[in-house]
Amino acid sequence: MNYASYIALIPLLPLVGFVLLGLFGRKYLKHSSGIIGTGLLLVSTVLSLYTAYNYFFVDGKVEDSYQTITAVKFTWLSFSENVSIDMGIILDPISVMMLVVVTFVSLMVHIFSLGYMKGEERFATYYAFLGLFTFSMLGLVVSSNLFQIYMFWELVGVSSYLLIGYYYDKPSAVAASKKAFVVTRFADLGFLVGILILAFYGGTLDFNTLIERLTSQQSSQFLAITTASFVGVSALTWGLTLIFIGGAGKSAMFPLHIWLPDAMEGPTPVSALIHAATMVVAGVYLVARLFPLFTLTPVSLSIVTVVGIVSAFLAAIIACTQTDIKRVLAYSTMSQIGYMMFALGVSGYGGENGLGYTASMFHLFTHAFFKSLLFLGAGVVIHFIHSNEMKDMGGLRKYLPITNFSFLVACLAIAGIPPLAGFFSKEEILLATYNSNKIVYGVALFTSGLTAFYMFRLYFSIFWNKQTEVHNHHGEGPFSMKFPLMILAFCSIFAGLIPFGEYVSSDKTMLKSHFDPMFSIAPVAFGVIGILLAMWMYKKESTKAEKISQSLGGLYRAAYKKFYIDEIYLFITKKIIFNLIGRPAAWIDRNIVDGLMNGIANTTASVSGFIKGIQSGKVQSYAIYFFGGIVALAIVFLYLWK
Amino acid sequence: MTDIPVSHILFVSTALFFIGMYGLFTRRNMITMLMSIELILNSVNINFVVFNKYLYPDKLNGIFFTIFIITIAAAEAAVAIAIIINLYRSHKSIDVETAEEMKY
Repeated sequence: MNYASYIALIPLLPLVGFVLLGLFGRKYLKHSSGIIGTGLLLVSTVLSLYTAYNYFFVDGKVEDSYQTITAVKFTWLSFSENVSIDMGIILDPISVMMLVVVTFVSLMVHIFSLGYMKGEERFATYYAFLGLFTFSMLGLVVSSNLFQIYMFWELVGVSSYLLIGYYYDKPSAVAASKKAFVVTRFADLGFLVGILILAFYGGTLDFNTLIERLTSQQSSQFLAITTASFVGVSALTWGLTLIFIGGAGKSAMFPLHIWLPDAMEGPTPVSALIHAATMVVAGVYLVARLFPLFTLTPVSLSIVTVVGIVSAFLAAIIACTQTDIKRVLAYSTMSQIGYMMFALGVSGYGGENGLGYTASMFHLFTHAFFKSLLFLGAGVVIHFIHSNEMKDMGGLRKYLPITNFSFLVACLAIAGIPPLAGFFSKEEILLATYNSNKIVYGVALFTSGLTAFYMFRLYFSIFWNKQTEVHNHHGEGPFSMKFPLMILAFCSIFAGLIPFGEYVSSDKTMLKSHFDPMFSIAPVAFGVIGILLAMWMYKKESTKAEKISQSLGGLYRAAYKKFYIDEIYLFITKKIIFNLIGRPAAWIDRNIVDGLMNGIANTTASVSGFIKGIQSGKVQSYAIYFFGGIVALAIVFLYLWK
Repeated sequence: MTDIPVSHILFVSTALFFIGMYGLFTRRNMITMLMSIELILNSVNINFVVFNKYLYPDKLNGIFFTIFIITIAAAEAAVAIAIIINLYRSHKSIDVETAEEMKY
């Protein structure tokens, strides 16, 4: 069947929304902009669900393995016969899965924002930016080559920047958007260099061709990229590691995670969409996209593993100490993405070895639902209480029954309690880790206990604990805010039951679902212990938490201060880079570059001042010049011209 | 009449030319400047006539030029006086130094 006819519409419809609302939104479509944006995205969502149905159940599968289908392909920039940059859409299990996730979560966020952002001055602009983001993210997931993915990668960065800085009159939001942009840009430098290395040795930007060439051991490209080396490390490892740096920046992996907690300055639905479900998993998606290449170099894969597990563990500890509910969720996101990363890192290629790959993608899939649900729930709470701080909340279960229920579902899901979605995906990750690396498994297991603890610390602090006085009576907000919560809660409960391995696996063949009740005892036990601990500390108003945090002393303070990573960055940039590089550069700029320019300008000005003095406006001096000229000519022609 | 040497006449014309030049450069009154220009033109006329007379006595080319110059000088005087009148109307003065708005 011909996919091209409608699949291009999936990313293009949000783009249409962006252009329409961006150009005319503020003047003409002020009140209908939300409906327009949501309507266009609804069509996209339906189309992508239809695509997924077609791909997975009708004609994607040939002889028990899913084919990579190039739905659209055209040359965008043609430099010479061999060098051109293409644009295209490829369909394979992960891109189809991402299409569904992105459009679906984006649709939920669009609907939620109808209520949440109502009455905002720049309502239309908000929907225009959401449209831009959705377009770029969809373009990213269906990219057929490295350059296209890089372009859309930057586009999602831009739209993330715009949306974090949406409240541009708030200095903290402006600073956060700048920070997010600079940190991810910095990481993208690595990505770009990695792309150039792979493209140089592989001779192509196209994913399929590149993977095909580099994975066959006899190909000239494979020999070239493995024999070429820099500082004793092969070019392949360099390229992939640099690409992973780009992915780590986007996915907020340690030590490039510092922008994510600050990015919570944006509107809460935006955090749900960009900083929980879609954009931040782009790094995971990128590694998954190039996974056949990553399996060629154990070094790159172990970097992925180490970065993933360190991020997962650190973020979980920090999340236990934060008091801003959105920051807790941000660190939780970072921790869960860490899970996805190290699941990829411990995975092998093909068959049973590829379990980690499947598990990672599965976790990405389920995480999108429950994390966006958590953020939207937090949005309802913030909408209701007008504060982000936990200390202003408590006992809200009576006022916000639906939010209470859906938040609980999401917390249980992320804590890995059966039979909710998070249980199955986390289970597979832990199983894959157990099979390949026991140390990572131990840390991951402990982290899953921490996850349960901090999520339920959040839950109990918001919905139980002390009773807060509530002065407003607008309740949970309009139906448009409750509806996405219910839908996402439904998904968080049942998404885990999908036999994911049958659809997504490293070599695109079927992988049986792994479910071993004996193995699940340990993770579930850790989760339950975490929940009970949180319940004991936070269900009733008490001083237990404070006492414990005091007894931990320095460790607690370090975690509360996010292990001083921001301070280290500030020290390196302000003290070292600014003093050693910034100041000399500024001096050269001010004195030498500017001096040169000013010198030229001053010379020109003084010369012109002299010349314009000739035009004095005195007719008689003109007459003298004229006469002098005639005399001079006469002398020349009479005496000098021989 | 015929024994006036050509150098005498050329001397007169040169003197006339430089008197005109001097007046043109030093006087600020535009009428006087116009008169100086007339002196210069007349010195040229004298030159034309003299050279015509002494070099090509049987031709009239120099004379023609002189008549042309007299005609043009008349037209030039008309235009110049019109300019001077307009200048006087706008500046209440015919001092050439007052008309310097267009400098630089």
